[in-house]
Amino acid sequence: MSPLLSLAVTFTLCAYGLAMLLALARLLRGPSAQDRVLALDLINILGMLLALVLGIRYSSDTYFEAALLIALFGFVGTAAMAKFLLRGEVIE
Amino acid sequence: MTAPWWIDALVALLLVTSGVFALAAAWGVLRLKNFYQRMHPPALAFVWAAWCVTLAAIVHFSAATGALALHSWIIIVLLSITTPVTAMLLARAALFRGREAGQRDLPPPLQPHGAPALLAPKEPH
Repeated sequence: MSPLLSLAVTFTLCAYGLAMLLALARLLRGPSAQDRVLALDLINILGMLLALVLGIRYSSDTYFEAALLIALFGFVGTAAMAKFLLRGEVIE
Repeated sequence: MTAPWWIDALVALLLVTSGVFALAAAWGVLRLKNFYQRMHPPALAFVWAAWCVTLAAIVHFSAATGALALHSWIIIVLLSITTPVTAMLLARAALFRGREAGQRDLPPPLQPHGAPALLAPKEPH
């Protein structure tokens, strides 16, 4: 791995971490429940991107499968929470 | 097999771009005023950041293995299917909760309470 790519990976990981902290601030502050769900969704996707970047960093395919699972379960969780806010039940 | 320098430069550029977009998305979510404005910035992360990272992974793994490694593409496909669904559900939930709470500045419902359903069977004359 060249020093340029190593530097870029470090910068990207730091940017994702900072972005997750900002979204976490919105999650903790969020005046309404849908704000918290939105922030949680963003944190989830950023975690998935983090796993992809780690896969590039360590040249490993395992991280890709982890990222796929995180994206899938993030969608299921966000859809369930939005459905709960909308109807008061998840499965009717 | 070591990649040529321009492959590394391309991957680094894509990664840095995605990091900047992710930061912009989180900053927007933190700073904007109400929920309907805050719904928009995450699209930067869901589209630009995800596309850049996935393209970076494709370029990096293709150059490292010497063959086209397109499997990361499925993440873009998955995200572009699921993101509109969650955005729509969240927007409907926010509208519903806002109306229940009596907010005044919301658009009127498409089908007011008590109105006949649009697809109701017609009465026989």
